[in-house]
Amino acid sequence: MHLGGWLEDRLRWRAADAFLRHKAVPIVRHGYVYYFGGITLFLFVVQVVTGLLLLMYYKPTAEAAHDSIRFITSKVQFGWLVRSVHSWAANLMVFWVFAHMFGAFFVGAYRRPREVTWISGTLLLFITMTFGFTGYLLPWNTLAYFATKVGTEIVGAVPLVGHGLLVLLRGGEDVTEATLNRFFGIHVAILPLLTTMLLGFHLFLVQLHGMSRPESRGPARSVAFVPNFVLREALIWVIGLGVLATLAVLLPWPVGERADPLAPAPAGIRPEWYFVFMFQTLKLIPPHVLGIEGERLGILAFMLAALVLLAVPLLEHDDRKTRARRIALALGIFAVLYMAGMTIVGYLVP
Amino acid sequence: MRIFARLALVGLAVGAVWFAHARPIPAAPAPAATPAAPSPARPFDSCVDCHRNLGGRLAAPALRIADDIHVKRGFSCAACHGGDPRAAGLEAMDPKKGFVGKPKPAQLPTLCGNCHSKPEVMRRFNPNIPTDEVARFFTSVHGQKLLKGDTRVATCTSCHGVHPILAVSDSKSPVFPTNVPATCARCHADAQYMKPYGIATTQYAEYQASVHGEALLKRGSKQAPTCNDCHGNHGAAPPGVTSVANVCAQCHGSQRDLFVRSPHKAAYEAAGLPQCTVCHSNHKIVQPSDAMVGAAAPAVCAQCHAEGSKGAASARAIRTALEDLKTSMASAADVVARAENAGMDMTDAKLPLSDAQTQLILARNLVHSLSLREVQSAATEGVGLSQRAADFGRAALAEIAFRRRGLIFALAVLVILALGLYLKIRAMPGPSASS
Repeated sequence: MHLGGWLEDRLRWRAADAFLRHKAVPIVRHGYVYYFGGITLFLFVVQVVTGLLLLMYYKPTAEAAHDSIRFITSKVQFGWLVRSVHSWAANLMVFWVFAHMFGAFFVGAYRRPREVTWISGTLLLFITMTFGFTGYLLPWNTLAYFATKVGTEIVGAVPLVGHGLLVLLRGGEDVTEATLNRFFGIHVAILPLLTTMLLGFHLFLVQLHGMSRPESRGPARSVAFVPNFVLREALIWVIGLGVLATLAVLLPWPVGERADPLAPAPAGIRPEWYFVFMFQTLKLIPPHVLGIEGERLGILAFMLAALVLLAVPLLEHDDRKTRARRIALALGIFAVLYMAGMTIVGYLVP
Repeated sequence: MRIFARLALVGLAVGAVWFAHARPIPAAPAPAATPAAPSPARPFDSCVDCHRNLGGRLAAPALRIADDIHVKRGFSCAACHGGDPRAAGLEAMDPKKGFVGKPKPAQLPTLCGNCHSKPEVMRRFNPNIPTDEVARFFTSVHGQKLLKGDTRVATCTSCHGVHPILAVSDSKSPVFPTNVPATCARCHADAQYMKPYGIATTQYAEYQASVHGEALLKRGSKQAPTCNDCHGNHGAAPPGVTSVANVCAQCHGSQRDLFVRSPHKAAYEAAGLPQCTVCHSNHKIVQPSDAMVGAAAPAVCAQCHAEGSKGAASARAIRTALEDLKTSMASAADVVARAENAGMDMTDAKLPLSDAQTQLILARNLVHSLSLREVQSAATEGVGLSQRAADFGRAALAEIAFRRRGLIFALAVLVILALGLYLKIRAMPGPSASS
């Protein structure tokens, strides 16, 4: 028995092969959005590989964390490349997760039967942001330390459970080594486990239902998933790898100064760019609105927005161009403009 | 009737002041009785109550007296002026009740000393306050001249003010550190007033332009020395030529230690030169620079050491050692900055660079020893540290170049791969109708 037959007997891989050979991807207007998910997946793979390499040298203690990152970037062979690629890929991944989410939203890919695909994707978006939040602290540098302090303080303002959440996140009342340990555990164990399960489920659903075909004019056309779509995706991944390498070499991610919890917070502390729109919003809300503390109101609004995002398929499910669809599109455009605008304001206004 | 009563009161007060002025200046101040212990609450004080309503010069002391440190501690006008503040009328100023009126300048040291020279009195208010001010005053140039009958010199109230006398720690006090230069300048910058003494009146202007003046007056740094830190306060006198270094050593101890073991010490003493101020000036002490060292002007060494002399050669060699170290540090800093700007972690390079800076400070300080060997030793060590920092910087720049070459190679491979994929995609059949 040759190897193929031996494997077929045990793995039934020809069924998967047949499935992929018959799988087709629709050709539609704005079809490029189909590649956003693939780019995100590529960046996630890069994160897993570089993250595992960093794990071999990183030491999650307040005393050693910063030195271990410096050791990686200055002494470990190609450590600088691994670390820089990990940091850049993390930021690009957040960007492409958002792009993928908005792309799927605007082509209406959340409608029946893909509601659960949307919900799993939205949860992956939240997980990706948590990845970014927890990973940012790990180098234990000044900016990360104080940004985490501010970030967790914002969590502490969540109504009713805020203080409990703050203590849970920080592992105490303040940002200390306990916080670093906690964030490390969340970053390298809990989130990867959740992501792997949720991503597997998300990809399974994508295969189960196929690519969404939005309302479009003209006859329905498609290309084969293998090899046409896969080759196009591969081309994008190759370009992505080139961009990542260029960024990592020409703009190596800085290590920063070691965090000193006793030092005053430096001026202009702000969170990572993907949280700036929220941070800026909270800054602009008056201290009290209708008798409610402004910050709490802002956090409630963002929590509500997250719930609405999860519930999009339940709120707008008609395939025809209804009023609800138009409102959803308008809200989506507003959300993109608001996030981009607030992020820009956050960087321009001191 | 009220106007007549007021006029009578004014007349009596003026008379009392005139009487006080008319008293002869004692050859040596006679001790006066210590005032009674202050009463915690003063329900009635006829001095303040009457003088407040007199207007003009006579009202001024009463209007501002509440801020006086002595009044705040429970003393009344009578503590200095005598009399009975409990008496409601002019009898409060009855000489029989101890009223002395306005003390004459010559009487002030003794008057103030009634309390301030007595530890048993002063410890009730501040156990740590010195009680030798009056004794020191009479050792000062001011005090000596006063003893000789010169009443134009400064006495207690000339510097501390009067009505109110504020605590020294009060920023409005004329003797608060930042106010001292202007207080001294009231007399010492007045050319007309100082004419009889034949001393310069440029000290204040020079101090303002000095590094100390800038620190104190512009930056408000109370650590910076003011007039009394070098001249003394109550015992104010110019430091003698042999004690200048000790005065400066209150802050610049290391420099003094180096100076006293240098060949300059004996040479200056022999020539009657005032140590530190020969090179650094006295009131106009500017930020020292390496240009002060060398064989030609503006180097201060050239004031005494003629070109071609052994001293000039030594000065030139010291300057060269300093300049070599600075050049080496600047070169290293440039390399390190270029590597850092390119995103390299230069912490390892910054440590030796920082140590080199320390060596430069040390070498500059060692100039006070006038020992070429010691200066060169410190500078050479600094040059070595700079070169170590530069080596880190050069290695980082080489690493950047290596990374960029690697990137070009990697991108070339990726471009070929992408091109291959692109051509393959182009060659594949186009879309088909969906089922």
